[in-house]
Amino acid sequence: MNNLIVLPLIIPIITGVILVFLRHSIMLQRVISTITMITVSIMSFILLEIVESEGIIRLDFSGWLPPFGILFVADSFAMLLVLTASIVTTICLLYAFSTIGKQIETMFFYPFILFLIAGVNGSFLTGDIFNLFVCFEVMLLSSYVLVAIGGKKVQLRESLKYVLINVVASWMFLVALAFLYGTVKTLNMAHIAQRVAEVGQEPLLTTVAVLFLLVFSLKAGLLLFFWLPGSYSVPPAAVQALFAALLTKVGIYALIRTFTLMFPLNQDITHTLIGVMAGITIIAGCMGALAGRDVYTIGTYNVIIGVGFILIGLAVGTEAAITGAIYYLIHDIVAKALLFLIIGMMVYLTGESVIKNMSGLIRNYPLFGWIYFIVLLALTGVPPLSGFVGKILIGQGAIEAESYILLAIGFASSIIVLYSLLRIFLASFFGETTISFEDRKPIPKGAYGSFIFLAVTIVFIGVGAESLSVYVKDAVNTLMNPSVYIDAILKG
Amino acid sequence: MKINDVILRTVVKGVVFIILTLGVYLFFSGHNAPGGGFIGGLVLGSGIVLLYITYDLETVHKKMPFDFKKVAAFGVLLATGSAIGSLYFNAPFLSQTDGYFNIPILGEKHLTTVTIFEAGVALTVIGTLVTIILSISEDE
Repeated sequence: MNNLIVLPLIIPIITGVILVFLRHSIMLQRVISTITMITVSIMSFILLEIVESEGIIRLDFSGWLPPFGILFVADSFAMLLVLTASIVTTICLLYAFSTIGKQIETMFFYPFILFLIAGVNGSFLTGDIFNLFVCFEVMLLSSYVLVAIGGKKVQLRESLKYVLINVVASWMFLVALAFLYGTVKTLNMAHIAQRVAEVGQEPLLTTVAVLFLLVFSLKAGLLLFFWLPGSYSVPPAAVQALFAALLTKVGIYALIRTFTLMFPLNQDITHTLIGVMAGITIIAGCMGALAGRDVYTIGTYNVIIGVGFILIGLAVGTEAAITGAIYYLIHDIVAKALLFLIIGMMVYLTGESVIKNMSGLIRNYPLFGWIYFIVLLALTGVPPLSGFVGKILIGQGAIEAESYILLAIGFASSIIVLYSLLRIFLASFFGETTISFEDRKPIPKGAYGSFIFLAVTIVFIGVGAESLSVYVKDAVNTLMNPSVYIDAILKG
Repeated sequence: MKINDVILRTVVKGVVFIILTLGVYLFFSGHNAPGGGFIGGLVLGSGIVLLYITYDLETVHKKMPFDFKKVAAFGVLLATGSAIGSLYFNAPFLSQTDGYFNIPILGEKHLTTVTIFEAGVALTVIGTLVTIILSISEDE
């Protein structure tokens, strides 16, 4: 028992609720939400250290032992993601302070950001699959509000689609849960894994697994991403960054957890299916990124390419590939947040979203331009930045497992990512500036701060990959050997 | 055109007390029988909504000057507060306790911390329900 595990969920919820009472004191809201997120980040780091030294720890709510009660489980994989998500949220808040505008801030903006991160952290930490559904809903309900916050016409149109698709997905999640409970009579993830292993993954269970695959694919934007480009390009920039960084990643986390822990036995069907879906996702994402004329389209299709690439790691399923998937997941959270913050800033500075209509940004804002160049290199996977380790390890895994088609698609996508982002760089940053140096809008200091923090994080993940490797190795060990996780929950 | 709602107003004056009493009864019976914070809160909330339907917004608001968004927020605070209270006693998150106390006049009573949690749930449900209905009705 360690009550620390629940804090990444409960601290944001409580402070979020307190902020509801402080609706009109915006300064106080900013201070409290920043302190909250910094505290959560520190807590997550402490927890990561504890897990690293003591192994998997769990917290049985109100003392009900598994498999009967609901529990939170902290293993290295979950904690790494909680830590990354909390840090990125802190930095996005910093960006929001200087850009979001007073009107939105009084519309309970900060409480909903905190509820969102509570849902995200809860989804990573929970050890009960029904609780996973609940945490998904906490996250989604906040995201519904954040998509529509500001109330512009286009936001309302896209939020309607977003809500509908997610309600349908959540309904399917419930149906899948009902089938699962009907077949294995338990909802504790470790217990499910144990029972599935006992009876063998018969066709019925594989069908249930495929249903889960469908649900999480909708959430992660794997193949079923038709809702994603629209709804991710309408909210304010800080929210876009959070969505691009976190929401699809929760779906990916759920996929990795489900298919390494609970349904790892019938890989011929499930993992082949994931591989095919990942391949098609990347190809479709590349087409979108190539065809895009405005920064939002190019950015959102890059999110989709990222999703496909991480799931190649899961589909291949060797140790190297899973290690790569974890590295790439962490990298993608940070890099996509930075990409979307930069895109938001470009639109704010020029009032345009079509890349041809912007020009010469780097002359007026040299540092801003070079930070974009860093994120471009990181997303392409150029060493020593953060994307490199993940890409090379996933590639190594694909070679080991002899899935050369996925390998080719994955690495070809890097070139497309490079090309699509370079197009923004050449068209919008290079060239003659249309605005003179005196007439330029200044970039707010807070926004610059958030760019620099994220850029430093990207460099750190790349250069300091070795210092992360203890945690990643532990995470991979748990994912590759489900018995480690199961024993930690059910024995002891 | 103003509709003649004398019958509705007269009936509601009596009925609303029955509904509210039933709500409170359901809330307290929840510990050992069907009921509890969620259901009690729903019944109490529907009583308040009935008042809003029968009389206009201003009249009800004069007697109940609550911002129901804040009622809901206070409810969540109460529920989560009772949940993290256990952290102070180094018990697992969400642990609850109970005991029998001798209260003058009332005699021996069974008191639990779950009641605080349930009260939080009830307030959240009331606040959310009334906020939803009011925001729909404000829309022209």
